[in-house]
Amino acid sequence: MERLDKKLGTITSLPMILLLAVGFLAPLVVVAVFSIMPPKVFSIMNVPDFSAYADFFQQGYYKSLLWSVAMAFISTFILFLICWPLAFGMAKVFGKFTLVLTIAVAMTLIVSENIRLFGWVLTLMKGGLIDGYLRTWLGLRLEGVLYNGTIIVFGLIYVYFPFMLFPLAQGIAMIPEDARQAAEDLGASPFRILWEIDLPLASPGIVVGSLLSFVLAAGALAESKLLGGQAIIVFTDEVETAFTYGQNWPLGSALAMILILIIGILAFFTISKIDLDSMMGRRR
Amino acid sequence: MHTTPILYLKNIVKRFDDFTALDNINLEIFEGEFLTIVGPSGSGKTTLIRLMVGMDEPTEGTIWLRNERIDQTPANKRPMCMVFQSLALFPHRSVGQNIEFPLKIKGVSPKVRSKRALELLELLHLPKSFYNKRISQCSGGEQQRIALARALAFDPEIIFFDEPLSALDYRLRKTLEKELKDLHERTGKTFVYITHSLEEAMVMSDRIAIMNSGKFEQIDVAEVIYSKPVSRFVASFMGEVNMFDFKCDSKGDIKIDDVEIRSSVLTKDTKKIYSKKAKGALMVRPEFVRFNKAKETNDFQIRGYLRAEYELGSRIQYEVDTLGDSRVIIEKLREDRFKGKLGATVVIGWDIKHTHFIPND
Repeated sequence: MERLDKKLGTITSLPMILLLAVGFLAPLVVVAVFSIMPPKVFSIMNVPDFSAYADFFQQGYYKSLLWSVAMAFISTFILFLICWPLAFGMAKVFGKFTLVLTIAVAMTLIVSENIRLFGWVLTLMKGGLIDGYLRTWLGLRLEGVLYNGTIIVFGLIYVYFPFMLFPLAQGIAMIPEDARQAAEDLGASPFRILWEIDLPLASPGIVVGSLLSFVLAAGALAESKLLGGQAIIVFTDEVETAFTYGQNWPLGSALAMILILIIGILAFFTISKIDLDSMMGRRR
Repeated sequence: MHTTPILYLKNIVKRFDDFTALDNINLEIFEGEFLTIVGPSGSGKTTLIRLMVGMDEPTEGTIWLRNERIDQTPANKRPMCMVFQSLALFPHRSVGQNIEFPLKIKGVSPKVRSKRALELLELLHLPKSFYNKRISQCSGGEQQRIALARALAFDPEIIFFDEPLSALDYRLRKTLEKELKDLHERTGKTFVYITHSLEEAMVMSDRIAIMNSGKFEQIDVAEVIYSKPVSRFVASFMGEVNMFDFKCDSKGDIKIDDVEIRSSVLTKDTKKIYSKKAKGALMVRPEFVRFNKAKETNDFQIRGYLRAEYELGSRIQYEVDTLGDSRVIIEKLREDRFKGKLGATVVIGWDIKHTHFIPND
């Protein structure tokens, strides 16, 4: 019986495995191979050469990588701070209102990210919505809001908000209420309950939410282009330029591989640090 | 022995919207006693315990810990704690860390903490190797003891128990009931236990409080609750019981359908008690009813036929249907087994001293 189950498992998962192999793994392999081709070639039938990776250091691409990672880190951290109380409310306090909130937040995902960001640009730009009203009514000007690092971080927080909020709410919902009550009963202050009970027991949600926001933010492009006006060149921008304007596929591939590698290592490291199963008290 | 009230509840009322969960509760809990609150589900016992621990506030009334009013004090500031029905152990912490939790909150040093945790493990008959175990690796009975150890580590004035044994199997429950009573004697702490099983209450408690629809029906020692219940509810709550409705005339003579009463047993005093309330019930426990031998007579006597016989292990239970409508339950020890055939006509009876009078409400 068990053997049959195993066979069935392999057979039923076969279409998905094939799809992943063709749609996900194959392009990745192509990119990996391109990254070790000599500069500016359009075929993978050349003698391998690591000049594209050398360019990463020599031509200062690591600076934009640092920018990307730093902004992803900051926005993830701020997202966590903003989302925790809201997620806590959704999971434990709001009741029926949670559904309204869920729908409202999920609705934002229906409209394309670029359009929403353009909306912000129109709102915040010089001569835009806010600036225009301020000028007409109060004679004040709103300047210098757009086209800097802060507004890019704002854009990242705004766009990736649901990706932190929902996993976090899920994680908080898994905190057993009686454990919180028992902690209070045994003398713990609200802060101690947060520290000793809530944060560790919600950590699967925290990890998933943070990882999603971080990975997405590190690979984000539109925020820096639209809101940032390329005041800061993020790493994905460099990748895009290499592929399009630069017509240097090996360089683009090498930069992409570096991003994939760094984020991959980070993700595996974080997930392996936290034993999801034992945290849930299931097994060890 | 128990003379000082440690906790005093005065005129406690708790309402949820239109529903009155607790209706004017007054209760004194004495220092060092083992009090069990018993009631069916929905009787308000959990609501009551939550008020005492501080997880909820009463709508009306006050709670006093010795001379200090505490009904508005939050749970984390009250020197008492609860063992939850679910136990509420922290799944992400080891056994040792669970037990040490209240000490950690109090800011006790790690060295002293772990020493105390090991002492408590020993007190609760758990091996020291459990200190580093995960909660999920422990059995139901072990988790029970860990929850108790954690409560004791808090060193509370009173420990409350919210049906912590209800999820365990029969044998383990019996063992832990006795262990709990033993632990109560050794620690000298005040234990307040709630359960829906009066049997469980009987084994452990100094006093039992019977609760029904937000009120106490009776608070007394087990012996009195069993043999002299104040109401039909209390009488029928514990085990089997036979109750007979009676009517009383103006002279104090009583009439019960089917039952012959020896007139000499109705003394002036008993008549006085009965005639105050014209209606009520006579109660007799199954173990006090006997099968009459030939020519033997009893204070109370019924004719009927033997309907059924059940094995209860240590005892045997009989059902006798009377010529009227009622059914009488009789229990005999195995050695006193009645050798009648099913369907045979029998005469059964009992003495006035085993009869208890319950007035109608």
